[in-house]
Amino acid sequence: MQVKEINVAQITETVAKLCIDACLYLGDDVVELLHQAREKEVSDFGCYILDRMLENLEIASEQQIPMCQDTGMTVVFLEIGQDLHITGGNLEDAINEGVRRGYQEGYLRKSVLSPLERVNTKDNTPAVIHTKIVPGDNLKIRVAPKGAGSENMSRLKMLKPADGLEGIKEFVLETVTLAGGCPCPPLILGIGIGGTMEKAALLAKEALLRKAGTPSSDSLAAELEAEILELVNKTGIGPQGLGGKVTALAVHIETYPTHIAELPVAVNIQCHAARHKEAIL
Amino acid sequence: MKEIKQIQAPVIQEQIEGLKIGEMVQLSGVIYTARDAAHKRMVNQLKEGKPLPIELENQAIFYVGPSPAKPGRVIGSCGPTTSSRMDSYAPILLEQGLKIMIGKGQRSPEVVAAAKKHQAVYLVGIGGAAALMSQCVKKAELVDYPDLGTEAIRRLEVEKMPLIVAIDTKGNNLFEVGPKQYAEK
Repeated sequence: MQVKEINVAQITETVAKLCIDACLYLGDDVVELLHQAREKEVSDFGCYILDRMLENLEIASEQQIPMCQDTGMTVVFLEIGQDLHITGGNLEDAINEGVRRGYQEGYLRKSVLSPLERVNTKDNTPAVIHTKIVPGDNLKIRVAPKGAGSENMSRLKMLKPADGLEGIKEFVLETVTLAGGCPCPPLILGIGIGGTMEKAALLAKEALLRKAGTPSSDSLAAELEAEILELVNKTGIGPQGLGGKVTALAVHIETYPTHIAELPVAVNIQCHAARHKEAIL
Repeated sequence: MKEIKQIQAPVIQEQIEGLKIGEMVQLSGVIYTARDAAHKRMVNQLKEGKPLPIELENQAIFYVGPSPAKPGRVIGSCGPTTSSRMDSYAPILLEQGLKIMIGKGQRSPEVVAAAKKHQAVYLVGIGGAAALMSQCVKKAELVDYPDLGTEAIRRLEVEKMPLIVAIDTKGNNLFEVGPKQYAEK
């Protein structure tokens, strides 16, 4: 059997392009939800803000400038086919080189620094890279620049099994209420339930990559998504936290089996600039 | 939509004392950028009794870290960052005469109290609408802290920057009253 090969140079080039595209052009799925939100919103400020958000997206794509100045820390999800051979160098280096180039060539903000010394790396590297080995011989690359405004408001809690569905809803609602206007609502909520502590957090982040507004394939999770969305939109927080009916555009839940003694729940808050782009090599 | 008030920076005190929460304004004039690292440094300099790179009396500070300017442009995208990270520093700067804070999201009760005490206001832009807000910036120049990169202090000349009054000089707070109107049981 001929083994499929991909040179790291192609990976670098792809990552660079995905970084720029993600920061300039918002996905049609999110734009559609923003239009729907505008129809649903009743508050004057809410409507005004949603109109300006839509106008902002047009300016960004016309003038080829980032929709938001916070072009994020670059999160990269890789799905590597187990039959694929990557040639020409180190995969992680290739991805970081792609981030370096994308952020330089796209005039994107370099926001990454050492956590203790607070010294900027000046090229937005390193990326946060999550790798999954999957069947086949393709390489799927998903790039999701994540801004800090919404990331900072995200939370994780190890609930007790006795807390159950009510406990989950309460924790999500508390998280959204504490966040208020800080994470730039209307939001998309990525919720990871189950697994271990780090698994729940990763599920929450992955949930944000789903086509916005698509329900979970699991019926119980889908029901919970709809219920949480309704509850969140009753808080009155509204666009930018100034009051309104639309606080979230969508709620996405991902689950994973967990321990008999555990119920980890992670809420990854995403702002309205829900940026991610992907490519398959 | 509501009437839009025109205001200036450096501040004309009567203009901002007349502002009420929930009013829309367009700000024109000169403002300065400063966010986390610049605030920390300014507050440290004040503690050490050293002069600040900018005179804060009657000025406006915009919490922003712009993206790099493309060739031929004045500035990159520049929407407000989350103001609450500046909450511990803001009362100290208000004491120095700072009159307008521009950012996004709710503030601490201490900031609301300090704004009232020093007759200053907090205005919010639309977080994430950074390409739109960059259109209001007509000139940008570095003032100090160049080592901080995007977090350096810059002097911006702005025209009709669209903002909403979120905390006024009477100590009213839009983040308190706005959501309550739309909350459902």
